[in-house]
Amino acid sequence: MNKDDYQKLVKKYEPKENKLENTIYAFLIGGLVGFIAEGLNVLLMNFFNLSRILASAWTCLIIILTASLFTAFGFFDNWMSKAKAGLLIPTTGFAHSVSSSALDYKKEGLITGLGSNFFKLAGSVILYGILSAFILVIVRVIIGV
Amino acid sequence: MTFIWAFLIAGTFCAIGQIILDNTKLTPGHITSLFTVIGSILAFFGIYEKLINLGGGGASSIISNFGYLLYIGALEGYEKLGILGIFSGMLTKASVAIIGSIVFASIVALIFKPKD
Repeated sequence: MNKDDYQKLVKKYEPKENKLENTIYAFLIGGLVGFIAEGLNVLLMNFFNLSRILASAWTCLIIILTASLFTAFGFFDNWMSKAKAGLLIPTTGFAHSVSSSALDYKKEGLITGLGSNFFKLAGSVILYGILSAFILVIVRVIIGV
Repeated sequence: MTFIWAFLIAGTFCAIGQIILDNTKLTPGHITSLFTVIGSILAFFGIYEKLINLGGGGASSIISNFGYLLYIGALEGYEKLGILGIFSGMLTKASVAIIGSIVFASIVALIFKPKD
C-alpha cells in the first residue's frame, strides 16, 4: 500500500466530528452556565443585600469552588470533553485546569510536582491577560481619554 | 430580561470559542488565553461594561471577565496613583479568581486522590 492510499484509509476511519453539533452544544451549555451565574447573582443580591459587583464576585467564587470539587470527584473531565468550549470559556475552565494539574502532579512532590505545575495551563491566561491589560492601559493613558 | 441576555452572551462567547477550536489547530490553552485578551480589548473599547450591564452573570462568569477586571483594576489604579497605580491596582479586582482557584485547588489536591 502506498502513502496516498494509506492517507485515504486514515481519513476514512477518522472519527468525524460534527462541527455544527459541537457549536450548538457549546452554545447551550455555555449559556446555561451564564444563566445559572445570573440566577446566583440575583439570589445573592436579594437575600444578602449585596451590590451587583459584590454578588458577581461571590458568584465567581462559587463557580470556581464547584468546578474544583467536580474535578476532584472525577466527572468534570467527562463533561469537559462533551461540552468542550461550553465549559472551557466560562471561569469553570480556568478552575478546572488549575485543580486538575494540582491533583495530577501531587504525587511528584509538593515543590517539584504540585508547586511548579500548579499554573501550567492557567499561567498563560494570567500572563497574557496582565500583559494585554497593561499595554491597553498604557495606550489609553497616552491618548488621554 | 437579564436572564435571557445572560444566556445569549455566555452562549455566544462559548459558541465562538468552539468554532475557533474546531476549525483551527489552536488548543484549549490558546483559546482561554485568547478570550482573556479579547476581554481586555473589549474593556478598552468600553464594550464589556455594556455586556455586563446587559447580561449580568452571563458576562461576568466567562474568562473574558478576567481580562476586563485586570484592565479596570489597572485603570482605576492609574486614576488614584498614576503610573504606580497600574502596577499596584492591576490585580485588585481579578484577585478573587486567582486566589479562589489557588485556595480551592490546593484544598482539593490535599483531600482527594487523582482519578485516572
